[in-house]
Amino acid sequence: MGRLDGKVVLISGVARSQGRSHALRFAEEGADVIGFDLLDEIKGSPSAPATQADMDETVRQVEALDRRIVATKADVRDMAAVKAAVDEGVAQLGRLDVVLGNAGVFTAPSLAEDMEDDIFMDTLDINVAGVWRTAKAAIPHLKKNENGGSIIITSSVAGLMGYPNFAHYVASKHAVVGLMRTLALELAPHHIRVNSVHPGSVNTVMVTNDTIARLFRPDLENPTAADFAEAAKQMNPMGIEMLESYDISNAMVFLASDEARYITGVTLPVDAGTMVQ
Amino acid sequence: MGRLDGKVVFITGVARGQGRSHAIRFAEEGADIIGIDVVEPIAGSTSPPATQADMDETVAAVEALDRRIVATKADVRSLAQVKKAVDDGVAQLGRLDVVIANAGVSTFMGPAESLTEEAFVDMVDINLTGVWRSCAAAIPHIKAGGRGGSIIMTSSAAGLMAYPNVGHYVAAKHGVVGLMRTLALELASDSIRVNSIHPTTVDTPMVNNEATFKLFRPDLENPTADDFVEAAKVMNALPIGWVESVDISNAMVWLASDEARYVTGVTLPVDAGAVIK
Repeated sequence: MGRLDGKVVLISGVARSQGRSHALRFAEEGADVIGFDLLDEIKGSPSAPATQADMDETVRQVEALDRRIVATKADVRDMAAVKAAVDEGVAQLGRLDVVLGNAGVFTAPSLAEDMEDDIFMDTLDINVAGVWRTAKAAIPHLKKNENGGSIIITSSVAGLMGYPNFAHYVASKHAVVGLMRTLALELAPHHIRVNSVHPGSVNTVMVTNDTIARLFRPDLENPTAADFAEAAKQMNPMGIEMLESYDISNAMVFLASDEARYITGVTLPVDAGTMVQ
Repeated sequence: MGRLDGKVVFITGVARGQGRSHAIRFAEEGADIIGIDVVEPIAGSTSPPATQADMDETVAAVEALDRRIVATKADVRSLAQVKKAVDDGVAQLGRLDVVIANAGVSTFMGPAESLTEEAFVDMVDINLTGVWRSCAAAIPHIKAGGRGGSIIMTSSAAGLMAYPNVGHYVAAKHGVVGLMRTLALELASDSIRVNSIHPTTVDTPMVNNEATFKLFRPDLENPTADDFVEAAKVMNALPIGWVESVDISNAMVWLASDEARYVTGVTLPVDAGAVIK
């Protein structure tokens, strides 16, 4: 018996990394999945874009677990596209219970004073307004449920503390905390709970790339993954290199399940103690 | 297969209320229990004392789940008593993995300036120093296991925000957060995670009593539980008056399990949105 039997979860950024991991963990717990992903270039992104092959792999793995998935190409910057993806998914799967606002980018880092306007604005458009658009498309469906629902926003430790060279990302991840708290109050009368999860570094392409390695090892010209790992271990008291995507997925499953039926408005770090260090 | 198979958990205040619920939920997930309770009146307590019959009922409930429990009468105000109970429990059950520092009291209520010195000092002695004693007695055993572990402290929404007329309680529950963060740093290198849970009002003898009802409903001569719930709803974002002990237990199970293997130093409200309202 799964902890999410019969539920339907909406996941943005579902093609790979944390989004795919969430799809698989939720499917393992009995949920069906509505997913969408941009599958396109983002200006200034240090990692290669997700591809249709990535999306197909997510679909294949969810279906291998005998769960259904409706996966669509859609951009969180496009309200109409997000709404169409959500409405179509609900039409096919019959309901919606959980929303994971997971899609996000980390682009060209620099000091705030040197940052380009469009790099800053694109980050807010995707990481903040994108989460709002995802929630906006989903809420009318969630409100139809007698037992409410659960919205979980992927923020970051950078949503609770500052990091130099990350002004755009830090601002965006703090902003979703404000969005989360507001939605939690607005939706509480409908028993819809809203929370944010705050990961430390997670082993995904957003982190495992040369740009991030250089940021963490400014002392080296061509830092390797091992050089990055050495620096990353210093950022949390448990001394781990990186979290795995399923560590975040496990927190999502808990918050989505009835085990957390009265948890709302909470910022939940999954960060190996980074915040208290 | 349980999520805590083979683990041993130490629970303070195990005779009834949240402590009993934790014992039962952990036993359901496969854990054995070491439990203590003062089982005796506390000066100024707003609820009737736990009794040996309460303790026996907890023992019977755990054993009915085919798990073992070593239950001892011990007072968290005595390090020697707590240490002996933990040492005996570990001697019998073979190991220690999880600590739930749950024992706590609610006593005389009134503006801070009117609290007696005895009331304030006793409160801190039980609700804060008692948590430290429970950890101090347990930590050597968790370290000796070499497998890491999880310490979970029951704070309160009153550990993150103030409520008038319970200054001693609010101070003690805030103090627990500082202790939690310090232990999280000190124990991270041993893979021992330390977190706190912050419930809103819970339907237990601490809340479900005449003194508490009267505090919330000064307008009524003989307020009932229903009258209390009506008033208590105002404190929560979700349209409920209180949560159940099992809701706290479910958060404890998650934090104790490997699903939360990198969650440490976290204050987790289970509060129906009380903190953000």
